[in-house]
Amino acid sequence: MKLELGKIHVRDVKLGPETKIEDHVLYVNQEELVAEVLTDDRLVNCRIELAKPGESVRITPVKDVIEPRLKVDGPGTVFPGIMGKVQEVGTGTTYCMDGVCVVTVGKIVGFQEGVIDMSGPAAEYCPFSKTLNVCVVIEPRDDLETHVYETAGRMAGLKAATYLAKALKDQTPDETITYETKPLLEQVAQYPDLPKVGYIHMLQSQGLLHDTYYYGVDAKDFVPTIMYPTEIFDGAIVSGNCVAPCDKVTTYHHLHNPVIEDLFKEHGKSLNFVGVVLTNENVFLMDKERHSDMTAKLCEFMGLDGVIITEEGYGNPDTDLMMNCKKVTQKGIKVVIITDEFPGRDGKSYSLADLADEADTMISCGNGNVVIHFPAMDKVIGTLESIEMQIGGWVGCKNDDGSFDAEIQIIIASTIANGFNKLCARGY
Amino acid sequence: MVKEIDRAGIPVAHICTVVPISLTIGANRIVPAIGIPYPLGDPTQGEKKSKEIREQLVKRALKTLTIPVEEQTVFEEDF
Amino acid sequence: MSKKKIVHYINQFFAGIGGEEKADIAPEVKEGVVGPGVALEAALGDDYEIVATVICGDNYFSSNLENGVVEELLKTIKSYEPDGFIAGPAFNAGRYGVSCGTIAVAVQDELGIPAITGMFEENPGTDMFRKSIEIIKTKGSSADMRRSTKLMANLLKKKINGEEVLGPEEEGYHERGIRVNYFNERRGSERAVELLLKKIRGEEVYTDYPMPKVDRVPAAPPIKDLSKAKIALITSGGVVPQGNPDHIESSSATKWGKYSIAGMDHADKKDFMTIHGGYDREFITEDPDLCIPVDVLRELEKEGYIGELVDYFITTTGTGTATNNAKRFAEEYLPMLIEDGVDAVLLTST
Repeated sequence: MKLELGKIHVRDVKLGPETKIEDHVLYVNQEELVAEVLTDDRLVNCRIELAKPGESVRITPVKDVIEPRLKVDGPGTVFPGIMGKVQEVGTGTTYCMDGVCVVTVGKIVGFQEGVIDMSGPAAEYCPFSKTLNVCVVIEPRDDLETHVYETAGRMAGLKAATYLAKALKDQTPDETITYETKPLLEQVAQYPDLPKVGYIHMLQSQGLLHDTYYYGVDAKDFVPTIMYPTEIFDGAIVSGNCVAPCDKVTTYHHLHNPVIEDLFKEHGKSLNFVGVVLTNENVFLMDKERHSDMTAKLCEFMGLDGVIITEEGYGNPDTDLMMNCKKVTQKGIKVVIITDEFPGRDGKSYSLADLADEADTMISCGNGNVVIHFPAMDKVIGTLESIEMQIGGWVGCKNDDGSFDAEIQIIIASTIANGFNKLCARGY
Repeated sequence: MVKEIDRAGIPVAHICTVVPISLTIGANRIVPAIGIPYPLGDPTQGEKKSKEIREQLVKRALKTLTIPVEEQTVFEEDF
Repeated sequence: MSKKKIVHYINQFFAGIGGEEKADIAPEVKEGVVGPGVALEAALGDDYEIVATVICGDNYFSSNLENGVVEELLKTIKSYEPDGFIAGPAFNAGRYGVSCGTIAVAVQDELGIPAITGMFEENPGTDMFRKSIEIIKTKGSSADMRRSTKLMANLLKKKINGEEVLGPEEEGYHERGIRVNYFNERRGSERAVELLLKKIRGEEVYTDYPMPKVDRVPAAPPIKDLSKAKIALITSGGVVPQGNPDHIESSSATKWGKYSIAGMDHADKKDFMTIHGGYDREFITEDPDLCIPVDVLRELEKEGYIGELVDYFITTTGTGTATNNAKRFAEEYLPMLIEDGVDAVLLTST
């Protein structure tokens, strides 16, 4: 499977009469975009707001972040099974609106939606403080049940991204990257002298606000499977979850999976990247046992010499992580795990809810319990009314001027456990 | 918490879904629960059956409190 | 400019008073340096002066903890108004190590004066106090005096001057088990790829987080007769009264709550809700008995299967809750359970 990603660099975003990209500037026709989002009768209102790096702007409660992408050549559409019919993706050419993100904002569904600051101390921790954000602020109908509201919010973001992506159509990419993975036996034969490396991608699947979709299938309903890495760049995986904000693997992060990107960088040089094993993090022990067995079996079946495992969320998913690590290691395959830490505000407790001796090479994505100050911002996109309830906040953490203190786990993707960021924790 | 309760000399049965975590943190009397969203019972099987399951788990857990435990034990079945 | 004042604590042996036979001498103070203080003062440099050396016998210290030896020593130390405090180094002397750790932590926490000590890895004082204070890593014997006093002096000066204390590798102290954030030069995924290749090639590897060893507690002895037993119900499933009156967090809880179930024959959704941030709350919201089985326990109480159900339950949120907080919760509510005559506990987790 061979995919070309053509990146169109966007350096600014403005509202305008026509949605288009001109001289690296994205113009957004907000009436059209709002109309597109409001085709969903579960939503009664929608507002478009722009947020740019360095501005005194706070965005919250954030549900998802999505980069607009457009399939210009090859089968399928971006976000198959959700924004188009189900058809295999990962082949051909796809254009990316590099530097622009759709950010879905609206009153909270649970406690799990987070904060993006465009400047100040919290901006250091958030990848979306550095992107041009087209915020889609939605207002649901009053009577919506939470699961329904979550779906409506998820679809609003995907619709907005798909709408904006149309502006990519006749663009010329500023940069093109080609990724290729051959069928297993051919791929193994291509670099016979290099170690065969795979990636175990654990998808959050614990139920409301903790779901992920693969070709439209809820991840809690599948058994572990094998995927070509390029499928993910075309939106085969969509986030439907919020977990704790810091841990959220947004749809943007699936499109930019850092482990897949970095394995491709070494592909054919120091390693042979043969494929991705997708698995889930379910709420029944039997599922955890069965799916870690299957994950280890698939790794063995693929003849891997080594794998990297990433997790989404913390608490009981740490058990899935440890089971996978242990069982894959027992197959004689070398394992490195990537995760983040929750050792308490004083940093003195155990960092993980579950442990295994086999987890002897761990990459840390930082301590999510660290408390920082969030100064007041000139403008808030969304609402601060739930800050005290959102994960990382507490009752009394917010001041009248809109400033507050909170653990960095309230920041979207601050300690995301797939190695996207540079944040790390060490023992003092 | 469970370890501190044992340490204080009060026997404690831990009814939990994610048994591996319970083993890691050091509970001694462990009874596996049904699932994270509904540890004691199973509402998908109807109210009556759900309560029966709950009663079975609670009784098993109570019974573990009456027997000596030498090492960490997972009580998978009634005894 | 006047010199910064340091007080130094040593035992009878390093004060040259005597060995084991003198280990029970009471505290005494000498103005200026004594024994290892000479090397320390040299390492501290011209801007610092050891104004007093406090000496105490190791056995006297350990056997008078209850009799206020620490308070007495603190009073003496405070009277010199020092800018910094050093205890030891104790090398591998066990009782001396415990004394040094105790007094250094007390000076730091109670007097608010920057303090430091030094010990060998295997000194029992190292594990007792490493989380509370920087303990410079020394070798097993006083042959290491020069090197270790230099490290102690450096780190104490930094603490006095409010300079950033770097990691254990850089400063030479025992890792304290405190997880601190920093920004690495490279992102995690890139480091993971490199680390995996090292592991596959059989090269030396590292881990950002060494797996801790978890201590074990033996099971408490069983109760004899269930039908006479008083049972308490505890949960980490985040079930609280409607409105969450004590504002227990949805994740990474810092508190627990105690709520009445007196007169209730089941846990009703009118009375209770769940705030747990780690699962789909729909089912427990509908029927809290799925997490706190009040209905079944009440029936068993009526039948005489159990003696009595305590008329409150204890609750917190398990997800992301620091193990030290969980331990503290139990330490806080256990005296109450004991006072209320609880014989056994059912603890439910989601």
